[in-house]
Amino acid sequence: MYPGYDMPAADARETRELRLEIEEFHAAYCWTLDRGALEEWPEYFTDDAVYRITARENADAGLEVGLVYADSKAMIRDRAFAIQHTQMYAPRYLQHFVTNVRVLEARGDTIKAQSNYLLLQTLVDGPTTIHQSGRYYDTFMRERGRLLLKERQCIYDTVLIANDLVFPV
Amino acid sequence: MFLSNTVIGRPGDFAKDRTDPAREYHWPESLQYVPDWVYTSPEIYQREIERIFQGRTWNFVALEAEIPKPGDYKRSFVGPTPVVVSRAEDGSVHVFENRCAHRGAEFCRAPRGNAKEFICPYHQWSYDLKGNLQGVPFKRGIKKEGGGMPRDFKNEEHGLTKLNVATLHGVVFASFSADMEPIEDYLSPEILKDFEAVFKGRKLRILGYYRNELPGNWKLYHENLKDPYHATLLHSFLVTFGLMVAGSKNAMIADASGRHGTMASAKPESVEGVVDDASKKEMRAYREDLKLADGRFLNYVREFDSPWSVTMQTIWPNLIVQRELNTLGIRHIVPNGPHSMIMLWTMFGYEGDSEEMTRHRLRQGNLMGPSGFLGLEDNEAIKFVQEGVRRSPSQRGVLKLGGDREGTTTSLIDEAAIRAMYRHYREAMGF
Repeated sequence: MYPGYDMPAADARETRELRLEIEEFHAAYCWTLDRGALEEWPEYFTDDAVYRITARENADAGLEVGLVYADSKAMIRDRAFAIQHTQMYAPRYLQHFVTNVRVLEARGDTIKAQSNYLLLQTLVDGPTTIHQSGRYYDTFMRERGRLLLKERQCIYDTVLIANDLVFPV
Repeated sequence: MFLSNTVIGRPGDFAKDRTDPAREYHWPESLQYVPDWVYTSPEIYQREIERIFQGRTWNFVALEAEIPKPGDYKRSFVGPTPVVVSRAEDGSVHVFENRCAHRGAEFCRAPRGNAKEFICPYHQWSYDLKGNLQGVPFKRGIKKEGGGMPRDFKNEEHGLTKLNVATLHGVVFASFSADMEPIEDYLSPEILKDFEAVFKGRKLRILGYYRNELPGNWKLYHENLKDPYHATLLHSFLVTFGLMVAGSKNAMIADASGRHGTMASAKPESVEGVVDDASKKEMRAYREDLKLADGRFLNYVREFDSPWSVTMQTIWPNLIVQRELNTLGIRHIVPNGPHSMIMLWTMFGYEGDSEEMTRHRLRQGNLMGPSGFLGLEDNEAIKFVQEGVRRSPSQRGVLKLGGDREGTTTSLIDEAAIRAMYRHYREAMGF
């Protein structure tokens, strides 16, 4: 549960098409991240978007800190740029899996949904490991027909991180 | 990947990281070399726990802002030893082992909370907020059947193991040693100055936590923050966006004992004019053409009585105080065997911060932590060092920058503070 997303799910039959659209959004978003096309990543957000990754212990206690904290698309762009052009890290492959999509609310062009995510990481000399298990709390806006994230709160259960988290989720 | 997932070169696969009680440890000829066994040997690790973490040191355990009210507690660590930090009804702060005096169960499981007493779930022994044994169920046995504790069993002889506690400006330290010098003396005047800039007279507001396992020896974290040489070389972000460059005003301060340090720098108003062309060539990352799309997050709001915009303090043996512009936090190092440490990060601001100031601190938090533009690179580099020293047959590293001097320097291109730390370390460890 996350404040602002604690309503019961919307009627599943009425929102079936919307759910499908959100699943397609997730698939495209993950494909962008999984192939490392970080320059495309900001394009999934509105200009005033909030993007935060934080541990469940912070979310449950109402603490504001983010492992990653951005409150504008410009900041999201800066992070994408910094990872691609300034950061040093060992080579790795990532796969994101997003499931259990629940549409919570659809009011006009604003849609709230939650989904579970799993991030698998493979360092080249190690096994594939579950790097993060978490949940997205998303607010989408429809702009010119396309869904964009106005807010994405990534709340992870894997409180003790294996060394670091280089790429976004 | 956690250390436990290691496939190639698992801990224990090499002679260097196997237990060998017959082995003798001799330091190489000078402090200009560090022997690999300080990072890899199980015997050395064990001796560190006994002589350093359980010896004559003050260990960070909590911020008072985490336990403001009577009954508030926090699960914490002194070295690898689990402890509980608790505030009693009279407001006093207590630290005791998180180990039931009866059978040894680690009874406190929640990271933080509020309690009237601590009850071990196994046999319901109960302790007050100061760690004194309160109640033992069926202490006198059951009528008819007998049993129970012997007549001479005294509760006061079976409390939790209590540690020596000191608080300074809202920071709580604990020690297994009863005869410790006052915490102010332990920190030394040089270190106290920048410590007070962050904590003295300020009420903290906790912003949140990060935790990570860092698969490297705990001393590597101290070394990294006593090594200003790496800052402009590893951290391209600092250089690319002009936060710290070779040639700006810096100092690497060490106390007289060598164990503590403050890496300090003053953010240049503009990179131009500070960096000469020769330095630009040495710093491969330097790019004049790059700008952030949202540069706000690198702003520095002057709020400290200090000439420095950045101070990173290493307080022996387990505390880092981070003041990187306006993003503030502490890092609590929990050693986890020779090849691993747990890093517990607590990020904070101050009571009375405006909404905008809090947001500024949160934005700037992107620099630090396990996803921070600086933080994640340190974690990667330290992991690389541990893998290198663990897996190779070579036996030592080189610390020759700045020759053989030890202590405070104003040059970035020096390892004098690391040598000073190892001078202290050798004394504490007895070699």
